[in-house]
Formats: sequence, structure tokens, C-alpha cells
Amino acid sequence: MTADVKNEPTRRDFLYIATGAVGVVGVGSAAWPLVDQMNPSAAVQALATVEFDLSTVEQGALVLIKWNGLPIFVRHRTPDAIAEAQGTALADLKDPAPDSARVKLGQEQWLIMIANCTHLGCVPEFDTGVFRGGWDCKCHGSQYDSAGRVRSGPAPKNLVLPPYEFLSDTLVKIG
Amino acid sequence: MSGPSTYTPKNGFTKWMDSRLPILRLVNDSFVDYPTPRNLNYWWTFGAILSFMLVVQIVTGVVLAMNYVPTAAMAFDSVEFIRRDVNWGRIIQSAHAVGASMFFAAVYIHIFRGIYYGSYKAPREILWILGVVIFLLMMATGFLGYVLPWGQMSFWAATVITSFFSAIPLVGDGLVQLIRGGLSIDNATLTRFYSLHYLLPFMIVGVVGLHIWALHVPGNGNPAGVEVKDKKDVLPFHPYYTMKDLFALVVFLLPFAWFMFFAPDALGHPDNYIVADSQVTPLHIVPEWYFMPFYAILRAITFNIGIPFTDIVLINSKLGGVIAMFGAIIVLFFLPWLDSSKVRSGSFRPVFKGFYLLLVISFIGLGWLGSKPADGIYVILAQGFTAYYFGYFLIILPILGKIETTRPLPNSISESVLGPSATREPAAATMQGAE
Amino acid sequence: MTGKFPLIGALALVVGLFLPASALAYKHDFDAKRQDWSFAGVFGKYDPAQLQRGFQVFLQSCAACHGARLLAFRNLSQPGGPEFTEGQIKALAAEYMILDEEVEGGERAGIPADRWPSPFANALEAKQANSGALPPDFSVIAKARALPNTFPWWIVDYFTTYQEGGPDYIYNMLVNYADAPDGVEVDAGQFYNAFTGTNLAMPPPLFDGVVEYEGGAPATVDQYARDVSAFLMWVAEPGLTDRKQLGFKVILFLLLFAGLLYLVKRRIWRQVPH
Repeated sequence: MTADVKNEPTRRDFLYIATGAVGVVGVGSAAWPLVDQMNPSAAVQALATVEFDLSTVEQGALVLIKWNGLPIFVRHRTPDAIAEAQGTALADLKDPAPDSARVKLGQEQWLIMIANCTHLGCVPEFDTGVFRGGWDCKCHGSQYDSAGRVRSGPAPKNLVLPPYEFLSDTLVKIG
Repeated sequence: MSGPSTYTPKNGFTKWMDSRLPILRLVNDSFVDYPTPRNLNYWWTFGAILSFMLVVQIVTGVVLAMNYVPTAAMAFDSVEFIRRDVNWGRIIQSAHAVGASMFFAAVYIHIFRGIYYGSYKAPREILWILGVVIFLLMMATGFLGYVLPWGQMSFWAATVITSFFSAIPLVGDGLVQLIRGGLSIDNATLTRFYSLHYLLPFMIVGVVGLHIWALHVPGNGNPAGVEVKDKKDVLPFHPYYTMKDLFALVVFLLPFAWFMFFAPDALGHPDNYIVADSQVTPLHIVPEWYFMPFYAILRAITFNIGIPFTDIVLINSKLGGVIAMFGAIIVLFFLPWLDSSKVRSGSFRPVFKGFYLLLVISFIGLGWLGSKPADGIYVILAQGFTAYYFGYFLIILPILGKIETTRPLPNSISESVLGPSATREPAAATMQGAE
Repeated sequence: MTGKFPLIGALALVVGLFLPASALAYKHDFDAKRQDWSFAGVFGKYDPAQLQRGFQVFLQSCAACHGARLLAFRNLSQPGGPEFTEGQIKALAAEYMILDEEVEGGERAGIPADRWPSPFANALEAKQANSGALPPDFSVIAKARALPNTFPWWIVDYFTTYQEGGPDYIYNMLVNYADAPDGVEVDAGQFYNAFTGTNLAMPPPLFDGVVEYEGGAPATVDQYARDVSAFLMWVAEPGLTDRKQLGFKVILFLLLFAGLLYLVKRRIWRQVPH
């Protein structure tokens, strides 16, 4: 290739650049499906929201349900447990949050949380630890109170709340 | 790899690398500066197309394996799950299934190109033999993969093909049981087929590496069939053949995409959309189209072979069919020594051309007969084509080379391109003039 | 000379793409049995109204015996299908009880994510309820059936992308229940079908007026058969419309890319005789 040709970045260069660009687009478009297939399938996405009938959970009871494959605590709190959670001073908390931030207004009896310890993901046990109506993670000893807030142990955060809303007083939609 | 290396490291890093792991030198000498005959036609692009198809099959296969469940209870539904619910699953599954057909279509073109242009002749015998090994591995992989969707055709193909081994005297039945992991095709068979279907492609990759190595030592053959004599006969692989191969590849992708998107089931069989059932055999079992010629050879042997005028049977028709079918591939291993002609390229062998055409017709004819019921005229035709297939390799090629008058060969590749009147000096001048 | 063949291949594809299927129409034995389907060909897509009618026929005349275990309720509301509203599907799913080992009592009301429950607990029960014949599952039945075809006509089908042998088969089977011709014996519990030419265990499932359509579609066996065949094709491949639309873009892209590469290749090779 002589110097003359180099100084003339004309149709030839344009053709090579255009072809290269089209090639890159082609390879990229072909590669994306191969990656995206690892994302949740339509069958998994269809379970991204679940509805749950709360009328089956008696006061004082705790049930474990599934949402996106995750274990979810649905706890029907007693007035005592609510009062205790509301009465706790924020200063005593490792991850300060008032009880009102843990539940929906007017539905204080319902505590709905992802049942994985925020330390390393074990499912804590109910009502066997330091706090009455609270949780106790057997894996590494984290203690949660009756609002699912971490009080001691290695866990850094309160039990996580999934997105949810009340469709009626007895029907909740999670996700 | 052939001849002295032309690679010169340009900067510090490549110099450092070159004295430790000369991989850049290898790539340069194999795919950039690699001297390639200047007269290769489009039939020579199928090597690159096949390499690409191997990658397509492995990549889509790995991705499918992330979603497929290799158990008898779940296999069929998991393939449908991939088609219905996995993101892009319909396309990926279709690419893999249609891709197998396209892969075989390309490999048949590649093989028949080799047979026409004498690509198997010295000094490329090992190259050819490695190619036959790849073909065998491909057939095994294709068969194993066809079983995985666990439809009726999968199940009965597995039954029929594993039954081949029962034709082997003495150990046959034990061998079949060993291969199946039971008396019938079942979960054990499916899981081992899945394991092997994942393994074999990587063995193909290995043999393809050897195949390319064995290609680059003597260098490419070419349509003129004369060896490279000097630098005027060759061009650097890049950009001349990289761009030519790439163009051919994209053209090849057109029918691939056509089937993938518009007729993904056209190359398959409706019965494979029925879940495998060991109690019911479909009325008409046929293998995938790319096995049809060999299937027809198998079924063409309808007679026992014994000592004439006695009742003694040496080889019954079942064993005979299996021997003929495997023999049809085994014979290819000996092809370099069966062809006695001194002339490599079929272009310069007028009589050979006719016999070659008949071979192509026989092979396609066998493919057609493989899909037909094995009775009446179809059997007779299949027997005729089978006889010709073996006759071509075992009788015609050994004799023809000794008696055929061939057309005069060009003195060199550049002469074949520029015509006999052009001497070397004007040829060089032409090149400079064009620049 | 040999350099021309990829171009010929490309040309053949272009012809297949742009020549309307009707221009390639050809006559043979099975031609008459082929129906016009909205989802046939390169630009084919399902007609939601037809799929809704087909679903109605399926529900009233088929679903009592035939399952569709791979069909999810949610599919019925997704784009490219019958496109029922999500509310309709939620209500429909709730009418069915779904076996679920994780809940008390082992069953619960269905939700859109559930798959279509089978009408029978297992194959044995299904056979017993149907005098020994097993009603096949409908999930992919439209792909498991085809009209027979002969060489060389299937080569033409590659270019017209004929993939509708399944619905053609189902339609013809449904409209061809007839009195057996002389000499054919029909046992009790068997029904002669002129299309298959055999006795079937399934009684004729459709009669004029048996399904009430809203809108103007005729309440005839022919229309029912057509609609339910289309519906079963959709059940077998809910993503067909997406696949074809993506395919069209891919083919256009490849044509463009091939054209550019041809110019590149020609430009590079122009300087060297070969």
C-alpha cells in the first residue's frame, strides 16, 4: 500500500468500517441471547408475585410460605408483641428502625419478612431465643426481636421485608 | 507451520511472549501469513464453515445443558420448557437442532470436495484419515444428541442403533446390555448418552486441531492439484482467505437462519413430538436425513452370505448389514491407497468425472432410499447403489488410475490461473500494475 | 464458475422469501387437504380471535378427556396468543384445583402460573374412563401429526416454509367422520373416519351449534375444527409469531452483511488474478 492510498480515506475505508461495524452488531446480537437465557425463565417470572390468604393464620401463629423460591415468614402478632416492639428504644437497636417501618399502617399485626438471616442466609428459628416472639439464628447466634430487628450477634441488618401490599384485610400480594 | 516462520515480534511484550509461549507466532503462521494457494474456489470455504459450525454447536449445546434435565421422566418436558419458557430458548434450541443438519450438510460437501479433488492423496493421507475420524465422531455425537429429546424417534433410534451391536457373534448381547445399562433403553441409557454427547464434541475439537495441523504441514491442496512451487503460487491467508471464507460463511448462514426461524421442524420428524414409549413403535422409523445413506446400506443387505450350494451361513443378513454399513465408512480410511492415479485433481481426469458423478448420484439415491420402506424395488435399488458405492472405492479407483488418459496438468498454480501463455515475469508485472 | 454458487443459493432464498406461496402453488394428492392458516409462511401470525374461539371449542369439546400439561394458564394472556386479559385468566385458573404437595390437603385453587391440570390422575385411569383408549395429551399434538408428503414436493415446502401439517391433519380428521363404506366393519365403541381411513376410538366430538360463538363466526363443524386446530397449533408453539418476526430481521441482516462482505472480498481480490 502506497502513501497516496493512505491519504485518501475514501470509499474503501468506509466499506471496511461499515462491514466491521455490521459484523460487531451481528456478533453482539447473537451473543446476547446466550447470556440472557440464564436470566429467570418465563415460568420463574410467573411466580414473581404470589397472593396469600391471611385468614388462615391465627393470632400468635407463624407460617412459612414461598415467594420466588425464598422462604417468607408471615407472622400474626399478638397485641403484647406489637406493644413490646413499639416500646423498644431506637438506641437499643443495631439497625435502628421503628416498628412502624416494619409493618403497614393499620395492619400492625402482620409482620411479613424474608426468612433468611442477614448474616449468611440461614432460616432463624421462631421464639426459641432471647426475645419472646422473636427469632434466633442457630447458625451463628444472631437474635431478632418481635419486629424481626437484629438485636445481637453477627447479623448486620434487620430481617429484610419483601415488597408487598394488602389487597384486602385478609389478602396480601407479595412481589 | 509450513516453511520458515515469517513472524517478527514488534514490541516488547510480543518479544517477551515469543520467547516463552510463541502462541502469537503460531496464530500468525497458521492463520495470517499462512501461504495459501491462490486458486482455491468456494468449495474450499467449507473448512472454515465447519469450524464455525462446531463452535455454534458447542456454544448452543453448553447453553441448552444449563436448562435440560437428563432423566427419562423429565427430558421431553424439559426440552419443551426450553422452547416455551427459557429466554430465547426457542431460538437456541432451534439453532442446535437445525445446526446439526447444517453441520452435516457442510461436512458432506467438504468430503465430496476432497474425493473430487484428490485431497486424500500423498502427502495428505493423515489429514484425510483424521477427517474420517472427525466424521465418525460427528455421527456418534449426532446420534447421541438425537436421543436426548426423548421422543418416540429418539427412543426407537436408540433401540435400533444399539441393536447393531447384537449382530456381533458371541459377545453381542452382552455388549448391547452394557451399552444400554439394562435390557432396554431407559433412564440409564439416557444419562450416559447425555454424558457422552457432552464429551464427544470436545474430542472433535481435539481431532480438528490435529486435522488443521496436518493440513498446514503439507499446505492446502488446490483445484489444479499441482503442489505449490514458489511464492507466486500463494497468497497470505489474511486478508484474502479470511474475507473469502467469511463471505461464504455468511451466505451459508442464510439457509441456516431460514430453517431455524421459519421451518425449525421441517428437518425433524413429527413422531419425535410424542413422548418415548417402550410399548409402541412408530409405524415408520427413519433416522435423521444425514444418516439415511448409511441406513439404506444397512438395509440393503437382505441376504445371508454362506458357502454356495450348502446351508452353511457364514454371515447372516443382520451381521452383513452392520458390516456393510460400518464398512462404508471404514473403506474411506483406505482411500489414499485405493486410488492409483498419479493425477490428483478430478478436473484433469475425464473418465473419473463420470464415475465420480455416479458416486454422488448413488449416495444421494441411498439417502432417498433410506427414507423409503425396505421392500420391493427400493431394496433392489439400494443394493445396486450400495454395490456401486463399494465398487467405486474397491474396484474402479484402483484400476482407473492405471488405464485412464489424463489431460495435461498445468506446470504451476500461477500458470493454471493466468493461462499457459503467461510466463512468470508478466504475471508479476500484472500484479504490480494492478496495485 | 464455482464461485457463483453461494450467489445462486442466496438468490434461491430471496426467491423463497419474496415470492408469495401462491406463486409456488403446486398440485399433488395432499394439496386439497392443506388449509389456509393465518400463521403460515414467513409473515404468519396467530389470529387472537380465532384462538379464543378455538379455546372455547377445546374447553367444551376436548378438555374433558384431553389434557395439555405443558400449557400454562398464563400463556393464554401472553402476546401472540389468544390474548385473554390477565383478569380473565386469573378467574379461569381459580376454577381448577391444582395438586400441590406443599399445601394442606394436597390441592389448592389454580393461579396463572400453574399448568393445565390433566383430566385424569394417570394414564391407567384415563384408559379406564375411555374404554381402553388413551386420549393423547394436547401439549404438542399439532407438531406430532402431519400430512404425508412425497419426494420431491417436500423440497418445495422448504421454500414455502410449510409447517402446518399438524393443524391440517387435525382439521381433516375432525371434519371427516363418516359412515363406513361397504366392507368396513365398525365395532361398538369405534367410529369410522374417512380421512384416516380407519376406525377411531374417539366419537365425533363436534356437531353444528354445539359451541356458541360470540361475534359472527359460523357455528359449524367446519369452523369449530378450523378454530380448534389453530388453537392446538398455538398450544404446541406459543412463541411462533415472535420466532418468525425475529427471523425476518435476521435474514435481512444476513443479506446486508453478505452483500457488504462480498464487496470487501471483491475489493481485496481485485488486485490478484485467481
